[in-house]
Amino acid sequence: MIAATAWLLLGVAGLILVPRLPAISKPVFLLGALVGVLVGATALGFLGAPAETAVLVIGLPDLPFHLRLDNLTAIFTLILGFASAGISLYATGYFHSGHDRPSGLLCLEYHLFLGSMLMVLLADDAYAFMVAWELMALSSYFLVTTDHAIPEIRRAGFLYLLMAHVGAVSLLLCFGVLQGGHGAYTFAYMRQAQMTPYWASIAFLLALFGFGAKAGLVPVHVWLPEAHPAAPSPVSALMSGIMLKTAIYGLLRVTFDLLHLQISWWGSLTLALGLITALYGVIFAAVQSDMKRLLAWSSIENIGIILAGFGLTVIFSADGKGMLAALALTATLYHAVNHAFFKGLLFVGTGSVLHATGTRQMGGLGGLIRTMPWTAWLTLIGALAIAGLPPLNGFVSEWLLLQAFLLTPGLHQNYLNMVIPVAAASVALAAALAAYVMVKFYGVVFLGQPRDPSLKDAHEAGWLQRLGMIWLALGCILLGLLPTQFIGWMAPTVKQLTGQSLVNDGSWLMLAPVNAERASYSPLIFLAVVLVALALTFLFVRKVYHGRVRRADPWDCGFPEQTPRMQDSAEGFGQPIRQIFQAFMRVERETPTPFDRTPHYHGASVDKIWTLLYLPIARVAGWLSEQAGRLQHGRIQWYLIYSFATLIFLLVFTQ
Amino acid sequence: MATTYPLQIVNLLAAILLLISFAMLSQRRVVGLVTLFAWQGAALASSTAIIAWSTGQHHLYYSAGLTLLLKVIAMPWFFYRLVRKLDINRDVEPMLNNTATMLIGIALVIFAFNLALPISQMAGTVTRSTLGVAMACVLLAFLMMITRTKALPQVIGFLAMENGLFFAATSATYGMPLVVELGVALDVLVGVFVLGIFFFQIRETFDSLDLKHMEKLREK
Repeated sequence: MIAATAWLLLGVAGLILVPRLPAISKPVFLLGALVGVLVGATALGFLGAPAETAVLVIGLPDLPFHLRLDNLTAIFTLILGFASAGISLYATGYFHSGHDRPSGLLCLEYHLFLGSMLMVLLADDAYAFMVAWELMALSSYFLVTTDHAIPEIRRAGFLYLLMAHVGAVSLLLCFGVLQGGHGAYTFAYMRQAQMTPYWASIAFLLALFGFGAKAGLVPVHVWLPEAHPAAPSPVSALMSGIMLKTAIYGLLRVTFDLLHLQISWWGSLTLALGLITALYGVIFAAVQSDMKRLLAWSSIENIGIILAGFGLTVIFSADGKGMLAALALTATLYHAVNHAFFKGLLFVGTGSVLHATGTRQMGGLGGLIRTMPWTAWLTLIGALAIAGLPPLNGFVSEWLLLQAFLLTPGLHQNYLNMVIPVAAASVALAAALAAYVMVKFYGVVFLGQPRDPSLKDAHEAGWLQRLGMIWLALGCILLGLLPTQFIGWMAPTVKQLTGQSLVNDGSWLMLAPVNAERASYSPLIFLAVVLVALALTFLFVRKVYHGRVRRADPWDCGFPEQTPRMQDSAEGFGQPIRQIFQAFMRVERETPTPFDRTPHYHGASVDKIWTLLYLPIARVAGWLSEQAGRLQHGRIQWYLIYSFATLIFLLVFTQ
Repeated sequence: MATTYPLQIVNLLAAILLLISFAMLSQRRVVGLVTLFAWQGAALASSTAIIAWSTGQHHLYYSAGLTLLLKVIAMPWFFYRLVRKLDINRDVEPMLNNTATMLIGIALVIFAFNLALPISQMAGTVTRSTLGVAMACVLLAFLMMITRTKALPQVIGFLAMENGLFFAATSATYGMPLVVELGVALDVLVGVFVLGIFFFQIRETFDSLDLKHMEKLREK
């Protein structure tokens, strides 16, 4: 709470001081980062302790804000604190340099956004939750539309605001169902409310829709690929890394805490939707040629994986398999933490590239590892982590999730037992495609030759930006190397929700969920083996093979003039995926004729959900409002007749 | 028998009020309309005063005084000045012809009386029989607003509606609390001033006070 106030005060201070004293923005963002570390550390220190509650006097009369800090809140506060610390650190440098000088307003919105996310996590009544939720949506909306002079950004912002509000209405209805006729909107009452499975299912579906719209669940994901590229990079990092997690938090809170029962088909539904989301997201990520859009689609994929894990947890929990539920939930939470770090890292890395080169189009980049080594190497850590390669953190959570899938035979429902291996296969497919996407992302942007001569002058990120990236990269590495430690920290949360915590069958060095004989993973040993193998190979090549190297021109296919533009392009790299999954997308392409003197190429893959689902809805809404617009004649007499007729009607009616 | 004479006078005044409402509905000249409005205010003020005297409700005296001051003296004077300044004392063409308007008006009166019947049975005041008249006045004023195209008659229609409401309040419950009445009176006064300013603005923009020019403002 103190931290939320601190962020708020920082924001207000920024608003007042920055226009007058531009130099002040640096300390403000730095202090924001410091507050983030403190928040994270507090949450870490709290884990395992009994829940604390507080009642704030602010709010409407008779409706004070209730706050509660328990283990579920703490684990997400941990994400918020530590990930935002790195991003704020980066933002200190990012917003300071060049034309992106922060306005006081930006400073206010940024810190308001952080504070409202913390409030969402702490809220203990529906009223406070919704206020914080809306505050979060609005502050992020204004952050997205920072460059509101550009029409596409305004459009993206509108779409985001619309989806946020559709989701919020659903949440409001959900809380209305949850209070179960008491009329009391504190979570403490909701926990005690006894509901029939029918009403509980309605509440769950409303929550799934409402939180799904925020998290980017297919088919309510459409705002995400629009809004993330539109926002400044640190904001994209915050939104993707942390804000999406608040939706996961909300779903966990409603399902495992506020509802007293879990029904198996909720889990199956979420699992199915999560897998669809993961595959859909990764396929679209593979065909993007805009860096930030690619990362936004990749966020959708990761949210899909997290939700699949959540679905699995519900299935196990409803089936009475506490141990497996704990495993699945650990995997889910682990992936949520991981995603905050590596996606934050990738987004801020993209921000540095954007800053240095002025373009997000991968077609205009390349070879940046030479001019921007820091950014390139740090981004590589993020890319490897998100691709799920050991010994980094992405591997740990995906491995845990797959373990949870593989341990399923033993459920009481035969159909589920048969279907779940297919689900595990889709998770594996999504993970593999994510690696493909990252090879494309990293290879096209950082490796090869610069596709544009001006890229040779690209400047490296400032030291504060580097520091922010190092912080996030360090998070990725530590989460990858010390999983047992982190799982130990998560144990109280898992225990709170599922009644059991994950049993680690291995030692502190080795992670072995449930049973060491089935599967175990020891990242440190793995790292050591990799390093030793690498060193041996290096020595072997240097000592033994050295001296027999022959240097010659490679065969150039009889085409001696090669330019950097002939490298594999982003579109080219994604082409196989586009071919294979053609059914999901509509490809729009304009190819120039051979005789065109100024050839121009345009290609885009349009989301079919957008054209098949959203455009008809938009058309119907447009038609309805047009019909309603007919009432508007512009003649005052007509308006008077409307109210007169209403009056007469009501009078007759009440008589 | 002491209360019957005042009651009969109130009934008479109520009838006059209704008559004036009809007259306003058919009056085509703006100056005439303002005069009729002043007379309506006068009838209202005197009926309020009589009710106050016969029932001993002292706060109604203030209401009556306020009505006299505002609706009989201040506003008509203001309107006369506006008419002279803006030079708008021409024939007002109504949207419907007079006969049709009158017929609708009669239907409305019947409707209002029908409507007021159950309510006036519940009210415990001696003047409850006039409630129907008050409601008819409200509806007729509304009708007047609908059928006029010029701005000033609309404002007068709005004020006449307020008169009707005031009368309804007096006859059903011996008037609203004084604070409310003072507030309403102030609102009406401010409203009239604002509208007066608007008249000048409208004329400057559209070269006319005919509200049908405002159709241009609608979204295409």
